[in-house]
Amino acid sequence: MNWFTKTFSSTIGRKIIMSVTGLFLCSFLVVHLVGNLQLFNADNGESFNVYSHFMATNPVIRVMEIVLVLGFLFHIYDAFVLTRRNKTARPVDYAEQHPQENSTWSSRNMGLLGTIILVFLIIHLWNFFVPARFGGLEGVVIDEVDYDNLYLRVVQSFQIWWYVAIYVISMVALAYHLIHGFQSAFQSLGLTHKKYTPFIKTFGYAFSVIVCLGFAIIPLYFFFFA
Amino acid sequence: MDLTLKIWRQKDRNAAGQLVTYPLKGISPDMSFLEMLDVLNEDLLVRGEEPVAFDHDCREGICGMCSLFINGRAHGPERGTTTCQLHMRHFKDGDTITIEPWRAAAFPVHKDLVVDRSAFDRIQQAGGYVSVNTGGVPDANAIPIPKTIADKAFDAATCIQCGACVAACKNASAMLFVSAKVSQLALLPQGKVERKTRVENMVAQMDVEGFGACSNTGACAAECPVGISLDNIAMMNREYLGAKASSENVA
Repeated sequence: MNWFTKTFSSTIGRKIIMSVTGLFLCSFLVVHLVGNLQLFNADNGESFNVYSHFMATNPVIRVMEIVLVLGFLFHIYDAFVLTRRNKTARPVDYAEQHPQENSTWSSRNMGLLGTIILVFLIIHLWNFFVPARFGGLEGVVIDEVDYDNLYLRVVQSFQIWWYVAIYVISMVALAYHLIHGFQSAFQSLGLTHKKYTPFIKTFGYAFSVIVCLGFAIIPLYFFFFA
Repeated sequence: MDLTLKIWRQKDRNAAGQLVTYPLKGISPDMSFLEMLDVLNEDLLVRGEEPVAFDHDCREGICGMCSLFINGRAHGPERGTTTCQLHMRHFKDGDTITIEPWRAAAFPVHKDLVVDRSAFDRIQQAGGYVSVNTGGVPDANAIPIPKTIADKAFDAATCIQCGACVAACKNASAMLFVSAKVSQLALLPQGKVERKTRVENMVAQMDVEGFGACSNTGACAAECPVGISLDNIAMMNREYLGAKASSENVA
């Protein structure tokens, strides 16, 4: 192994990859949420359908989509490798332990929370991304141009109670994942300072709650009001 | 005080161990936890049984020799306290106390409650020192060091290598220990000479020993008897990334 692969396969190196990809995925969440807010426009989904058409066809977005997939893959792969390493680091467990006395639940269960998010991601992609990208949606004409009616799929999906439940539960899991993960990423990258760390911690908490609340409101809105 | 002890007994490294229950009567609340175990061992000797092996040395909380995972906590329920400084007044009459050794692949159980912590020594040998190869003793005040830096280095230097951080961590990670040693020397002018190779070699050795990675749960710092801060881990990560990016060690 050369110095580069050695660096990023060390325990610290893998945590650095976790942090960088994690923060990148946070930036994706912001873009995704801002786009989704167009679902609330009272225009029968016109602006949302035009927006989703733009996201599916714009070359810059298509390139960033590949970067995004790589971000997910590196984050998941390193999580898997680190979890396996961490399990083998303690082959015999304690008969009695009280971790709640020294750490938060979310910080100890990032793998569990991440797995819930991964399952959600697969369901979510299957329901929206796959038909939007590979066909299977009804058409709609806006200003004499044909568009895929992704808006209709959103409205229909969120009429199903258990589908709404999956979304809301997953967003709670995501919130807890981010509450620990956001500030933890800065710690792993060594970006701590007396002046900035308290702000990063507060901002990370607010970011996690607001973003996840924003996502969770969408299915609830369509279930109860559409 | 009358107590029920559940203690991990293991004959040697290769034997399978188990928790064994011992009733213990007439313990004074003023005794330290180790003195309580001394009383148990005297009873066991009188009865002709093998006494419980446990690590201890100074019994003043400064040597880092004592360990013990007591009732699910490293060094017991009190914060900022080593097992030798933990007193029986923190327990109640009739309590059941579970006593286990540190659990980590890198800390094999040697006997009963004694674990082999030489993995820490090997990490130290990989770079946790300052080389002074020649010359006389320089004047201590000849090198100016800002007070804030000196304080941080001193705080890191208080690490007694007891291994509670590893014991408390869900990943059995040694990051807090290694980071304390790395920070302490990286902060000071004398340590800057070997700064890059030190962090590279110590982290490499840490990984070889089989310690886990850091999940930033903060359990280590919460259970550390001398209050080593998580800031040291952030500093080590900075040191590591900087060293890997700029050192001349290409291998």
